[in-house]
Amino acid sequence: MSLVLLVGVSGSGKSTFAREHFRPTQVISSDFCRGLVADDENDQVATPDAFDVLHYIVGTRLRRGLLTVVDATNVQWEARKKLIELAKSHDVLVDAIVLDVPEEVAVARNALRPDRDFGAHVITRQRKDLRRSLAKMSRDGFRRVHVLRGDDIAAATVTYERAWTDRRDLTGPFDLIGDVHGCRAELETLLGTLGWELRRDDAGRPVGAGHPEGRTAVFVGDLVDRGPDSPGVLRLVMGMVAAGTALCVSGNHEQKLVRALNGRKVTVAHGLERSLEQLEAEPEAFREEARAFMDGLISHYQLDDGKLVVAHAGLKEAYHGRASGRVRSFALYGDTTGETDEYGLPVRYPWAKDYRGRAMVVYGHTPIPEAEWVNNTICVDTGCVFGGKLTALRYPTRELVSVPAERVWYEPARPLAPVSGRDPGLLDIGDVQGTRYVEIQTGGKIKIREENSAAALEIMSRFAVDPRWLVYLPPTMAPPETSSLEGYLEHPAEAFEEFHQAGVTEVVCEEKHMGSRAVAVLARTPEAAAARFGVTDGTRGVVHTRTGRPFFDDPALMAELVSRLGAAVSDAGLWEELGTDWMVLDAELLPWSAKAGGLIREQYAAVGAAARAALPEAVAVLEAAAGRGMGVGEILDRTRRRSGNAARFSEAYARYCWPVSGLDGIRLAPFQILAVEGRATAAEEPHAWHLAALGRLDSGIIAPTRHVFVSLDSEASQAAATEWWTALTEAGGEGMVVKPAHPSAGRVQPGVKVRGREYLRIIYGPDYTESLGVLRRRFLGRKRSLALRENALGLEALARLAGGEPLWRVHEAVFAVLALESEPVDPRL
Amino acid sequence: MLLTISTTTRPATDLGFLLHKHPDRVQRFDQSFGVARVLYPEAGAERCTAALLLEVDPIRLVRSRGASSPDFSLGQYVNDRPYAASSMMAVALADVFRTARAGVCQARPELAAGPIDLEITVPALPCRGGPELAHLLFEPLGWQVEARALPLDEGFPEWGDSRYVRLVLRGPVRLADALNHLYVMLPVLDDAKHYWMAPDEVDKLIRAGEGWLASHPERGRITRRYLGRRRGLTSTAFARLAELGDDVEEDLAPPTEEESAPAEGTHTEEAVPEETAPEGTVPAESVPGEPAPDEGTPAEETVTVRTPLARLRRDAVVATLAEEGARTVIDLGCGSGQLVGELLTHPEFAKVTGVDVSSRALTMAARRLKLDRMPEARRARLDLFQGALTYTDDRFAGYDAAVLMEVVEHVDPPRLPALERVVFGTAGPRVVIVTTPNSEYNVRYEFLTGMRHPDHRFEWTRAEFTAWAEGVCREYGYRVRYRPVGGDDPEVGPPTQMGVFSRG
Repeated sequence: MSLVLLVGVSGSGKSTFAREHFRPTQVISSDFCRGLVADDENDQVATPDAFDVLHYIVGTRLRRGLLTVVDATNVQWEARKKLIELAKSHDVLVDAIVLDVPEEVAVARNALRPDRDFGAHVITRQRKDLRRSLAKMSRDGFRRVHVLRGDDIAAATVTYERAWTDRRDLTGPFDLIGDVHGCRAELETLLGTLGWELRRDDAGRPVGAGHPEGRTAVFVGDLVDRGPDSPGVLRLVMGMVAAGTALCVSGNHEQKLVRALNGRKVTVAHGLERSLEQLEAEPEAFREEARAFMDGLISHYQLDDGKLVVAHAGLKEAYHGRASGRVRSFALYGDTTGETDEYGLPVRYPWAKDYRGRAMVVYGHTPIPEAEWVNNTICVDTGCVFGGKLTALRYPTRELVSVPAERVWYEPARPLAPVSGRDPGLLDIGDVQGTRYVEIQTGGKIKIREENSAAALEIMSRFAVDPRWLVYLPPTMAPPETSSLEGYLEHPAEAFEEFHQAGVTEVVCEEKHMGSRAVAVLARTPEAAAARFGVTDGTRGVVHTRTGRPFFDDPALMAELVSRLGAAVSDAGLWEELGTDWMVLDAELLPWSAKAGGLIREQYAAVGAAARAALPEAVAVLEAAAGRGMGVGEILDRTRRRSGNAARFSEAYARYCWPVSGLDGIRLAPFQILAVEGRATAAEEPHAWHLAALGRLDSGIIAPTRHVFVSLDSEASQAAATEWWTALTEAGGEGMVVKPAHPSAGRVQPGVKVRGREYLRIIYGPDYTESLGVLRRRFLGRKRSLALRENALGLEALARLAGGEPLWRVHEAVFAVLALESEPVDPRL
Repeated sequence: MLLTISTTTRPATDLGFLLHKHPDRVQRFDQSFGVARVLYPEAGAERCTAALLLEVDPIRLVRSRGASSPDFSLGQYVNDRPYAASSMMAVALADVFRTARAGVCQARPELAAGPIDLEITVPALPCRGGPELAHLLFEPLGWQVEARALPLDEGFPEWGDSRYVRLVLRGPVRLADALNHLYVMLPVLDDAKHYWMAPDEVDKLIRAGEGWLASHPERGRITRRYLGRRRGLTSTAFARLAELGDDVEEDLAPPTEEESAPAEGTHTEEAVPEETAPEGTVPAESVPGEPAPDEGTPAEETVTVRTPLARLRRDAVVATLAEEGARTVIDLGCGSGQLVGELLTHPEFAKVTGVDVSSRALTMAARRLKLDRMPEARRARLDLFQGALTYTDDRFAGYDAAVLMEVVEHVDPPRLPALERVVFGTAGPRVVIVTTPNSEYNVRYEFLTGMRHPDHRFEWTRAEFTAWAEGVCREYGYRVRYRPVGGDDPEVGPPTQMGVFSRG
């Protein structure tokens, strides 16, 4: 990636050259921009505006990392300077290609173009400018200036050089090794532990290493200083790099050592004195070889298709693969705030906390007791020279391997401390705001509209639990196609048919508990909560609603609920069996009235009260009128039916209401284990596995989920399930959820709810059975599409959680579910 | 859905003449929302009863309306309209008994002109304000009122009464007046959605109220309720969220308008003392019956208009900002933009930014501040955008001062550290002004139970506020001083406490 300036007078053939050597979209010409802003490519008055547009386009392309060619005369220093500065601001190198043609050729070419009616004097002036420029253009700040004359122009070919930092062709596997600081012995031990075979010289000194599995070592810099044998480390690493079994980026200590060896004046401190002393004992040839090696180290590498970036002090995303003084400075020294701490060491800006890039960034530089992940970045300097350990990160497996220091080789200026102020609970507005496209690992992107993000932001920030606990939100669920069976709006037949059509052979029918959907996040211990969720206030979990609200505002009540659920999991031995110390459960919290008490009273009970008061009196009035011989028979019949409906309606909600006090009366019915350590079980395990595991929970707080498995190829099996549903709903049950028994991909609904006839009175009104004809005209498309998208996002959140991805990545997907929920969909579906 | 009118004035069957509806026929009148019928369950010389039976089709009601209307909600199907005598009953009544309501009866003119013995029964009347309100409204009109609250559900006696009453009115009243009373009072008592609000409603009210409304002691309330409250615009996306599946129970009413005058339309009835506010005053705090800061004078007798607390708070914030020499100010949680508007009137504030998490609040702020008509010079000083205080945001940085006016108490305590980090840590302005209620002062609010606003997650005592403020100072390197707002009560302190944080 670079910026290329074409330089030449009008008529020198720049556009022709650009057309031959670059893609049309790569070339931005001043004529084109003049046309954009003035409808006339030769309107010189529009030139300032045209260059504003040109700079904007060029800047945007460079920010996005695209090769860009500027086709303008660029014969004046001011014009070039602006573009060079623009490139610098994007940390991009600039090349110039000068087309130096004789004046008469240019004049002749312009004469052939009727739109170029400016006189020959313009060309003369431009040539004068060019001539003046050519003498000193090499000092403008270009990486290279190519001057083409005469036949060179036609014969020229453009070839691309790979940037020094670009080793995206290397795919590993890698062993990324932290700051060695002259600890040769520990390095030998570590390489041995990692399976490397050392090559030694006659004196027994290691001079190279190879790995039988073809691994490549990557050193994050700071090989030298402080430790006992910097020359020995250099000898080994130089041998590995020369043999192609290792890469090494420069550390700030190599930088300073090189300057000292070059005879420059440097403050000899921080262990530099030891390197100089040790190198003094080496032969001159080795010293020179080491100097050249260190001098040639580059500041960072992009590896494995850009998925891995290595730099000594880390690198923010905007600098990946870029080249400039500040990129190098960041890579070597980090992002310093310019302040110093109480030990006189520079205060570093915690760039990793704001890191949102997809590439993994591995670095060293700042010694910490344990390597830990911060937003897909990791520092592997575990202070070996200070008596800590030498750490390697194995890529792509993310495994950490360490060997302890043999002793304290150098007293640290300040004690080793964890990354200070690490605050994984803090998210950035940029993680959620605006129109977003959330990438799904299993393929595709899901679009979230800006207005939906805006609505979700309010709900999320005003009502939701701590985002560290909010790792999943359940998707909405669609009903099946509407039943045409007399008296029914929903019936199992359509659900079975739908899955059968989709190629599903087995489904599970789970009792739909009429409560409130709940997600329980449980950690086995407060330590597990801290380690996995970064929650350090001693809480061990949370139970939240489908919009992320805590079920209980009282923290003591919440803690008690979490504790009882955790105890149930412990008693069943599930922690050990699943090899996890945390889990996320999908569940229903009962009774409905516990959370929905207000709604039931304000909405359902109130309607019932009005209906039960008005309808019997209406029946009485109609009966009296009928007694007087008036023709009200039909109305009377209907009103009697409605009076019965009103009573059934009140019964329908009353079934889901019972008094609770504290946790007394509260029950949780879990039906799926969403995720455990390292596994998004929701996407992996069949429902039989989930139900069997959860069926072993035996506690007063747990309600079982009744279920039947149905073979869709068997009519008898379907009939039995239908009978089960009928019995369930006639006894007052809400209905059932039909799900494919095994995780299914693609456009298959994760579940379909088949609600009971009486229950639907709560949804469609007490008298809905009077209007089935009208109600059957309902449109499921939106709801079904929403269910699929929300489900994909929910599973994505779980996959990111289980995959150890940073909080913002999990939150992005969870937030997207909430945002989709604000899409307009018939709420009765 | 049912209303009966009986008379015992003999011959009772003359009711048929007065109503222009024959006692021996069932008559049908189609309405846009259903079917009204008039029929007579009894028609004797001693007693005659006409019944107005209204069948509302809730599904038709929903299907005839656009899916994007704000009440695209679960409530539409499960709806009391088919059962209760609501504003729809009033509309049907006006239509069916149009002539009778005008007092016109050519067959029995003298009967139509004077009172007759009437008994009106409404089995289910939505009555917000309870049976007492029915008494208050009908008794001054010469009715003997029997209003019995209907229980919500006999199966759950602990739930108490519903908002419906069974209403029986008895008395010698002119029939046309009786019909007009009902026509006006049904929607007034219902006080719910007006399906038929139109510009000519004022005229209709004046006509129907002729001869009785002007002298009614409750005329103010009747008028206000009849015309419906002007409601703030509703973000449909937000409203939909509130209606989701089994989360419908979650009250999502935003807290943005807790300070505003009733006319701005808050729908938390408890929080807006519109019924009790003395004429000419704006409730200072969203609490009924707040005593004047100079206590001793009963609130009812206060003649001078006291300065509302919200006003005092704004003045204190503006004065403090000026003292601190802040030129650029960001109001975090600006609501509908009162403070932002105030700051804009002071040219010394060169840049004024309002942030709120509610896009609805921001829309209201834009409207209140007349953003589209604001002169360019002023507009250039103002910025409004959506943001949340629990997310870091580059846009919060670079201001001299940040204001958190009555904001922290709307944040769940476990989320406060995130807010502190965002405001004091990453934005880190030179000055941060925080105001929050002083819970010790709550005892001075006569009718207050609980907290001052339903959305408050906590209210701090002075000691609690101080402890929090000092923790923030330690963590982020600020100094804090405190200022009382609204009169420092010697015993319980000021109603509002303010902390002024400055860096270094």
